[in-house]
Amino acid sequence: MQGATMRSTQDGSEHAIRVLLAKIGLDGHDRGVKVVARTLRDAGMEVIYTGLHRTPEQVIEAAIQEDVDVLGISLLSGAHMPIFTKIFQLLGDLPETPRFSIVAGGVMPDEDEEQLKKMGVAEVLSQDTTPDDIVAKVRWLAQDQPSQL
Amino acid sequence: MSEGNDWAEATPRLSSDVLLEAVTRELAAWEGDELAEFLARAPESKDEYRSGSGLPIKRVYTPADLPADWADIGLPGRYPYTRGPYPTMYRGRGWTMRQIAGFGQAEETNQRFQYLIAQGQTGLSVDFDMPTLMGLDSDDPMSLGEVGREGVAIDVLPDMEALFDGIDLENISVSMTINPSAWILLAMYICIAEDRGYDLNKLSGTIQNDILKEYIAQKEWIFPVRPSMRIVRDTIGYCSEHMSRYNPVNISGYHISEAGANALQEIAFAMAITKAYVQDVTAAGVDVDTFAPRLSFFFVSQADLFEEVAKFRAARRYYAKMMREQFGASNPQSMRLRFHAQTAAATLTKPQPLNNIIRTTLQALAAVFGGAQSLHTNGLDEAYAIPSEMAMKLALRTQQILADETGIPSVIDPLGGSYYVENLTTQLEQGIADYMTKIDDMGGVVAAIEQGFFQREISDTAYDFARRKASGERPVIGVNKYVDPGEDQKIETHTLDPESEARQIARLTKVQDNRDTSRAQAALTNLLAVARDPDANLMPATIEAVRAHLSMGEITGALRMVFGSYFETAVF
Repeated sequence: MQGATMRSTQDGSEHAIRVLLAKIGLDGHDRGVKVVARTLRDAGMEVIYTGLHRTPEQVIEAAIQEDVDVLGISLLSGAHMPIFTKIFQLLGDLPETPRFSIVAGGVMPDEDEEQLKKMGVAEVLSQDTTPDDIVAKVRWLAQDQPSQL
Repeated sequence: MSEGNDWAEATPRLSSDVLLEAVTRELAAWEGDELAEFLARAPESKDEYRSGSGLPIKRVYTPADLPADWADIGLPGRYPYTRGPYPTMYRGRGWTMRQIAGFGQAEETNQRFQYLIAQGQTGLSVDFDMPTLMGLDSDDPMSLGEVGREGVAIDVLPDMEALFDGIDLENISVSMTINPSAWILLAMYICIAEDRGYDLNKLSGTIQNDILKEYIAQKEWIFPVRPSMRIVRDTIGYCSEHMSRYNPVNISGYHISEAGANALQEIAFAMAITKAYVQDVTAAGVDVDTFAPRLSFFFVSQADLFEEVAKFRAARRYYAKMMREQFGASNPQSMRLRFHAQTAAATLTKPQPLNNIIRTTLQALAAVFGGAQSLHTNGLDEAYAIPSEMAMKLALRTQQILADETGIPSVIDPLGGSYYVENLTTQLEQGIADYMTKIDDMGGVVAAIEQGFFQREISDTAYDFARRKASGERPVIGVNKYVDPGEDQKIETHTLDPESEARQIARLTKVQDNRDTSRAQAALTNLLAVARDPDANLMPATIEAVRAHLSMGEITGALRMVFGSYFETAVF
């Protein structure tokens, strides 16, 4: 169990998978993100949750500062398209591409899921994704996958 | 509850000792005989059965499970109102079919309202977009992507005028789902009524204005808890003087449930919040019987049918007793709980969306059995979009079929007297009392919020539910049971006009550019002065502020300098 939540880095050392979970904008639906936070923590990962009402700039800054493997962004307000567009704009403006993968969570129409994946979102989780599935996907993304960005 | 008391003899008992003895004897015999034999051959599907909120459920209920006294059940329209707030209920007047609507700019929502009225809807309910709910203007950087998306965008008084254009507000009740910024929208509503020459005392409607549950569940806030409570107090005080038919607060268990709470937590926390408001307003010197008749409630109608019916009945009974025994209310209207119900959006699924029609129908049935005064049924596409016109119409038709084709409304509280439902009602009422003791011990609701008590309770229940759903212990058809991977039901969803945001911002700018600057400045100065006096009522100064075309964001922005801003410490 413990081993599976560690990721090995290029220099051969190991550390626990680090995940930043974020809520952006005015959306107050935090039931899902808190369940995900506990699920990942119970699976042995290091989880940081931003709390509500962050800006895209704050979240990217925090993900870089915290050196996370995966950044999860939860949106149930329907504003996912404009907000993810902004996120990828900001990432594109960085001098160096960060190493983390981005996971989206929330309620999104299928067409939007496809669009998000084209933009660079690695996985889209819905309210019907099982906890085991969430853990498996985050582990897979954290295992030194080349960044999906 | 009167077991062994001296006065028990004087109150009419539901079951005689002879009956209880016979029942107990027969139950024991049956358990040893038929049941034991059956179980030996074929065990039951589970070791233990529990209700949606985790209460233990027996396999069969008998007269031994009824409350001791007839007085706890009683008759509708009579204390303790277990069976309903009115003596005729749906025989006198059907529940109000109140489908919530709101998106884009005010004109678009106005058209949806006109459509719903033409389809037979009997009350209006307005959904606002996130910036409006949070008291921000459409051009605020935090409003990115949110303008007009989840509801209608309102920044200034002319938006509100367009929203209700051509709608006779003296003859239709309007409910507004709005909280930290509720008092500003109420001020706008009052301006419109005054401009049209309406009598304020004839307006019926509701603002949600339940700020405490925001910190607990829905998470829409502007100011810290205490100044926000003062604003709620001011709206209640203003309405009790000027708007005798208007509900200035709609205490909402709904969002507590949607955030993850179970049925018991929903009503227990809502009752704790109620107690806090009533304490606050009476402490300001307002007599309980002048405002309590206008308190109204909003609950979810969830999936566990019998527990939901019992939940509504338990809330009514607890409330009646609390108002009379703890607050000394003497007007019967102060003790009767009236509520709006909405079916549970969180139970809807994206796979196999047509199943959502069935879920919603059953939840609506629970609300009607439970004696709801008004009802919103969710659209089948609610799991991932705001409802399309087709989805809204089907949801409304669901209510109309229940009302007109089933015969259910002919009898009041048809499940009253059911051994099971009465027992659940008593258990839930006791559960509220237990939570209440716990919250009082923590120093009351505000202290409990500050300690993160409710937030933790809710997230524990949500996590537990997610685990039970994942293990299959809690079946969700189409998601963890009877999954149909080949199925791809495409349904038409509502899409937001991409130009809507720019149009709204342009309108806001135009109103701000064309207003009388000195009047706006004077109104703002006065508002700030009133805000600094904790005993003054904010409403009149706010009415002048919106009339002077100050925007919502300008008003809340200025008041943050007096009241401060709220930040949550997130727990998970």
